[in-house]
Amino acid sequence: MSARAADEAPRLREMHGPSAFAGGWQRFVHLTWTIALTDFRLTYFGSVLGYLWSLVRPFLTFAVLLVVFTQIFNAGKGVPHFAPMLLLGVVLFLFFAEATNSAVSAVVNRESLVRKMQFPRLVIPLSVVLTAALNLAVNLVPVAIFVLASGVEVRATWLLAPIVVLALVAFASGVAMILSSLYVRFRDVAPIWAVVSQVLFYGSAVIYTIDQVPGDWKRLVLANPVASLIQLSRTWVVDPAQGTPAQIMGGAAWGLVPLAVGIAVLALGLWVFNHEAPRIAERL
Amino acid sequence: MSAVETARASVGDGRAPELPVIAIDGLTKTFRLPRHRVSTLKERALHPLRRTVYDELRILQDVSFTVGRGEFFGIVGRNGSGKSTLLKCLAGIYRADAGSIRVAERLVPFIELGVGFNPDLTARDNVLINAVMMGLSPREARNRFDAIVDFAELREFLDLKLKNYSSGMQVRLAFSTMVHTDADVLLIDEVLAVGDAAFQQKCFDVFHDLRDRGRTVVLVTHDMTVVERFCHRAILLDEGRIALVGDPIDVGQRYLQRNFEAPGPLPEPENGDEPGPEPPRVRADIVDVWVQDAVGRRVEAVVHGEELEVHCLYESHEAIDRARLDVWIDSAEDARVFGASTMDWAEPPRAIGVGERLHVRVRLRNPFVDGRWHVGCSLLAGSAGQDIVALDNRAASFVSYGARDVYGLARVEHQLSYDRRPAEGPG
Repeated sequence: MSARAADEAPRLREMHGPSAFAGGWQRFVHLTWTIALTDFRLTYFGSVLGYLWSLVRPFLTFAVLLVVFTQIFNAGKGVPHFAPMLLLGVVLFLFFAEATNSAVSAVVNRESLVRKMQFPRLVIPLSVVLTAALNLAVNLVPVAIFVLASGVEVRATWLLAPIVVLALVAFASGVAMILSSLYVRFRDVAPIWAVVSQVLFYGSAVIYTIDQVPGDWKRLVLANPVASLIQLSRTWVVDPAQGTPAQIMGGAAWGLVPLAVGIAVLALGLWVFNHEAPRIAERL
Repeated sequence: MSAVETARASVGDGRAPELPVIAIDGLTKTFRLPRHRVSTLKERALHPLRRTVYDELRILQDVSFTVGRGEFFGIVGRNGSGKSTLLKCLAGIYRADAGSIRVAERLVPFIELGVGFNPDLTARDNVLINAVMMGLSPREARNRFDAIVDFAELREFLDLKLKNYSSGMQVRLAFSTMVHTDADVLLIDEVLAVGDAAFQQKCFDVFHDLRDRGRTVVLVTHDMTVVERFCHRAILLDEGRIALVGDPIDVGQRYLQRNFEAPGPLPEPENGDEPGPEPPRVRADIVDVWVQDAVGRRVEAVVHGEELEVHCLYESHEAIDRARLDVWIDSAEDARVFGASTMDWAEPPRAIGVGERLHVRVRLRNPFVDGRWHVGCSLLAGSAGQDIVALDNRAASFVSYGARDVYGLARVEHQLSYDRRPAEGPG
């Protein structure tokens, strides 16, 4: 018998199989970061312009929308700082759309990993959201330049902008967890979510400002966390006259509605994913 | 018991470990296979309320065994016997339906080659990512990078994309990453099927090293020579049940027997976990084993057909009454081509006293074909040589070269002749 075997008996712990979290938080962080960074680098791998391409989509979308809504329709006319507000809305929403739509098939796409490695399953949807967040970070630099160039004053409330980004990342993570785990069982999730995100785009006050929404509809629109966060970013970054969602909806109590919706979605996401995680590998 | 069997039997004595690091109890795993897979929008729209009907497929049934710290444990079985599922349950990839799996240390599964390897990334990136997958921190991964690359012998191809690698090169990279991850328990699933002979030899060397360092390894394989050579214990799975636990030789033989039989009724499960004999104490040291040439120089290589001498030096810690001395030479693939033994001597070597040194010599003319050859030796005691005093299966090695026109593993003195008869006429 070797010397090591003479040590005291090793302590055995029960193994519960795969789960959303198990495996140590450090490994969780390392894995999420490594996968996200790799995906981010691979997205524009082999293209001449590289990361510049990640700027093309939001800015081209923005340019088209700007022309349409200021030159053809009159939605943006007369709204002070319409262009920077539109750009903020487009960039934030496109992050949300990219994160959630690529999360749908994320677990299925990583089949080989899921079936052959033990790791916290939650890493997969989170890394997808993180990849999109890295893209967003790259986009926010030219956005800031554009906002400054269009004559918006620098304000102390700019410091609050990271709150918007973090909250949006958290909300997108919640949605990503729900979508990626359900898609393993129901392939319908993909077309459904494609449609829903289209609806959200038009319903989230991206291409119009909230004061153009009639009366009580404002509350409905702002109950959507994405719309509320876009509204917050416009108020804090571009024009304080826009007003926070709470002010528009009529009081701080109302302001809690989108917050509650967001937290509920995140909690639901965690619950659903945690519930599905143990069996994901065998259902693939 | 022949010298071969004695030598092999000592590798695994088939006893259950006293200090388990893996304890599996009543493990059962069932897969539910949907009879009609409903996964498209159209099907769901047409049959929105139809419940999917499942077929239950029982893969593992009431599997229980323990693996001790520092044990090299084999899992063998035919295709579909459930061994990969078992490994995946152990690795925490599948959840068990019933029973418990308890583990003491960090397990790292190596279920397939290069899991998570991305063909569009360079080898450099893939190694770093794979190492993080295996549980290293990014910093540790970077620190071990050089060792990993050197072991895989792929330094000059570091910046090549993985899709340009041959499968053998990918295996080397993956295997190398695995052995550098410092897991306490390694779970390995048939990784040696690919790779050239030299790399396979390297894998075997790693296995030896892992064994010597007291790492716990659980190995799933079809290769019985690997099981017999490395494993301390093994289990044979048959249709999801344990057919045999214990000595790797028995398991290997049963497996081969099974392979050539039509599937019949299940045999009674045998309990290999019964307490066996006391482990042998160290009663003699093998001080030195070497190979020398005709003029008495120690050599690493011997020309085919030249004379060579194998020397084994023992130092005994207790008096041995009836000793038996064996020396043998194995090929790299573990074929025992030559063995010499005092077994048949009418007059066994006389008694050896405490502290006495025993110098054994075997002289022969090198009959072996080109390649590496391993020298093993043992000192046995007891009337039938049942008592292992000292044994080393790979005490020394040498390279044989210069063999020409040899058919087989070694040249054997022989005579070949023929004669002819006239054809018998048709009438």
